[in-house]
Order: sequence, then structure tokens, then C-alpha cells
Amino acid sequence: MKSPPFEYARAASIDEACELLSQHGEAAKIIAGGQSLVPMMAFRLLRPSWLIDINEIAALKFVAFETDAVRMGACARQCVVARDDALAARVPLLRQALAFVGHAQTRNRGTIGGSLVHADPSAELPLVAQILDARMVLRAKLGTRTLPASAFFAGPMMTNLQPDECLEEIHWPVWRERRTGSAFTEISRRHGDFAMAAAAAQIAIDEDGHCARVTFGVGGASPTPIAFPELAQSLVGHRVDKANARAVAQEAAAALEPDSDIHASAAYRRHLAGVLMTRVLQQAYDTARAVQ
Amino acid sequence: MSEVLYSIAVEVNGAQRAGHVTARTSLVDWLREHLHLTGTHIGCEHGICGACSVMLDGEPVRSCLMYAVQADGHRITTVEGLAQPDGSLSILQDSFCETHGLQCGYCTPGMLIAAQALLDANPRPTEAEIRDAIGGNLCRCTGYQQIVDAIALAARRIAEGAT
Repeated sequence: MKSPPFEYARAASIDEACELLSQHGEAAKIIAGGQSLVPMMAFRLLRPSWLIDINEIAALKFVAFETDAVRMGACARQCVVARDDALAARVPLLRQALAFVGHAQTRNRGTIGGSLVHADPSAELPLVAQILDARMVLRAKLGTRTLPASAFFAGPMMTNLQPDECLEEIHWPVWRERRTGSAFTEISRRHGDFAMAAAAAQIAIDEDGHCARVTFGVGGASPTPIAFPELAQSLVGHRVDKANARAVAQEAAAALEPDSDIHASAAYRRHLAGVLMTRVLQQAYDTARAVQ
Repeated sequence: MSEVLYSIAVEVNGAQRAGHVTARTSLVDWLREHLHLTGTHIGCEHGICGACSVMLDGEPVRSCLMYAVQADGHRITTVEGLAQPDGSLSILQDSFCETHGLQCGYCTPGMLIAAQALLDANPRPTEAEIRDAIGGNLCRCTGYQQIVDAIALAARRIAEGAT
């Protein structure tokens, strides 16, 4: 249960981190909060020759508010993001999701970017990124590119991050509609564990209570968290009630092909996905309705 | 292969401590094996049990999920740092004794660190907040109730002392 040997470099800047990545390539891993990476190394599931530590790079910890987005450095700590009231007013799903992420001790160290790059299919933050279609700014020695979440997540524990790239920033879209509501929920065996299934939704409504914009999705029941933009679009122009929320959620759940494992069968996961998506659609809508 | 050694300087319980560590030496192993601060316990070594909780710059973290080299330049508080300067128990530690908040004692250092961090940030926690704060710490003896009682008692005693 001890990590295998490796060499360590503490990067003072993102440039230095990218330089080290370009030197060591696939032999190197970035370490941010380490709350997933260190256990994987202790289990010897990973044996990088080099760890490049980005924890001391202050420029990767900022949170900045823009008109249509919140920009965030990849090394922003989960605890800092969860405590930020101004951020919760703009992207409420982040605080809602973080309530389910680990425990105080892991959120104090864990980072937003680390959770996204780790890309556990049942993790909470990748689901939020997926349904909001957050933008990932990827930095390499030779330049920067931006991927939407839908192109960033590639499979279970896999992203399209190249070996010489470091996630630098995340841009979370801000919905500016006055009457917007969101909801996040999950079922896990114990609070703080990875979810057997998780669901999230965000809905903006017009003055008459009809949906103007809808997004929702599910985690833990597919190789990556997944959003259902077409089904979400089918709710636009309607009020959400139990019947149409359930109909849309069931149709989404029917499209899933979850895995069976020791924690839950595929059929149970699909059932959970349908129930949880129904709930978050209703909750998000009710929250939007409550905004006068 | 001979592993590279890294020089580190860490403030531990108020004292500057220097060391030479391999990159893979976890913070908890350094505290226990090199500094002989064996109050911090090792349970699972993969971030589940919370027994190894310490404060990093005042916030509780798991010392099995950090390498000692990463603590260079930072401030660590272990359970040894919670007692009063004369070595007598802190109000929180005393409250654990009072309510029988420990049995085998294995989880206790981590519980104390989690609880102290809670009380530092939130001197009057609700029961739900207490339970949330120790949600990442496993105890196999007490059923948690006496630990919750201990933290609530400490909060009351600290509040009474302050008025």
C-alpha cells in the first residue's frame, strides 16, 4: 500500500509544468489534490516515473466571474468552490454536486480540475461539466486549445487530454435567465462514496412557467456521464410535471447500457437513473418556479 | 535503484522540522517514522478511514494521500499539537474522555483533528454539522454517538469559557 518509486518536481508555473510534461511525456503525471491519484499509486494501478506537482501554482487557483461564464483555474480546491456564495449564485450545480463529493478532508485537498481529469464515470463534477457543457482549456508547451466537456470525456477514467497537456482552466456557463433552477442528487451506499447513479438538471423558465432552456443528465450508468440534449429540448415550451418528467427520464434511462458490478446490477442502475432524473427535473423546475 | 532524496522544511506543531525524504514517502510515514510523532495513525493508506487526518495550514486533510515532499514550506498540526502547552488535555480531548468518545482509540487522533477543525471554523455546530465533519472518519467501536456527544460538549464548554 505504499506508492512505487518516482521522481518529483514542484512546478512554479504552468509553463514549467508543460515544459516538464513535454520532457517526460507519458512517464509523467500531473499531481493536483492527489485524492484519486495517490490511492491509485498505492494500489500500484499507476506507476508514473515522474510526478509534476501543480499545487503551488497560485495562477491555477483563481475563480473569476464573467458575464456568461465563471472561469476557474484547474487547481481551485473543492472546499473553496463549495464555500463561495457568489459562485453558488452563478453556477449553483457546483455547490449542489460538491455536497456529495467525498468528505471535508478530501475536499480540502481535492481540486475541481483533478476530478474532471480523473473522469470517473460516477463522479459528480464530470456530470455537472457534461450537462452544462463546460469548456476545458488545455495547455501544452506548444499552445492552448479548448474542448467542450462533450469532447473532453472519452470513456471510463479516460479523457482526450494528450500526454503533454495540462488542464489549465474550466469555463462554467452561467445561465442568466432570472428564473433558473437546478438540482443534483445521487444514490450511493454511504454518503461521500461514488454514486451508483447520479442525476443533475438545470431549467430556465419564462414568465408563464414554460421551460425556456433545459439540460439534464446522468452519471454512473454509462462510460462517461451523459447529457440528453434532444430529450431536454422536448420539454422546452412546456411546464414540467410528474408525468412529462417521468416520461422524458424513462426514455433517457432506456437508452443507457449500464454495467453490472458488485454494487448494483445493470437493471437496478437503469432503474435508479430513471427515478433520479425524474426527481431532478421536477426539483429544478420547482426551484425555477419559486423565483418570482 | 537508489531513490532521489528531497530536502524538506515543514512547520510541525509550531516547530520547524527538516528532513530528507524519497518522493514516495507519505506525509504520515514521515511524521511517524522520521519525527516519531506516532499519535497520527495509519489505517487504510488509501484515503477511506480518516485515521491519519492532520491539519495542513489549518485545514484537515488525509496525510496518507499526500507525499511528505509536498508539505515542504507548509504548516502541519498533528494530534500531538492539540494538547495545551503544559501537556494537559485540550477541552476537546477532555470531552472525549468525559463522554466515553473512544474505546480502542485507533480512530481518535483523526476524530480529534476533524472535530478541532470544525470547532475552529464553526464554534457552535449543529448535530448535523458535527456528523458531517466526522463523516470521513471511520470508528468501529463507539457507534459514533459518544463522539458526537463529545464534540457537542466541547463546543458548549468552549462557549462557556469564552463568555
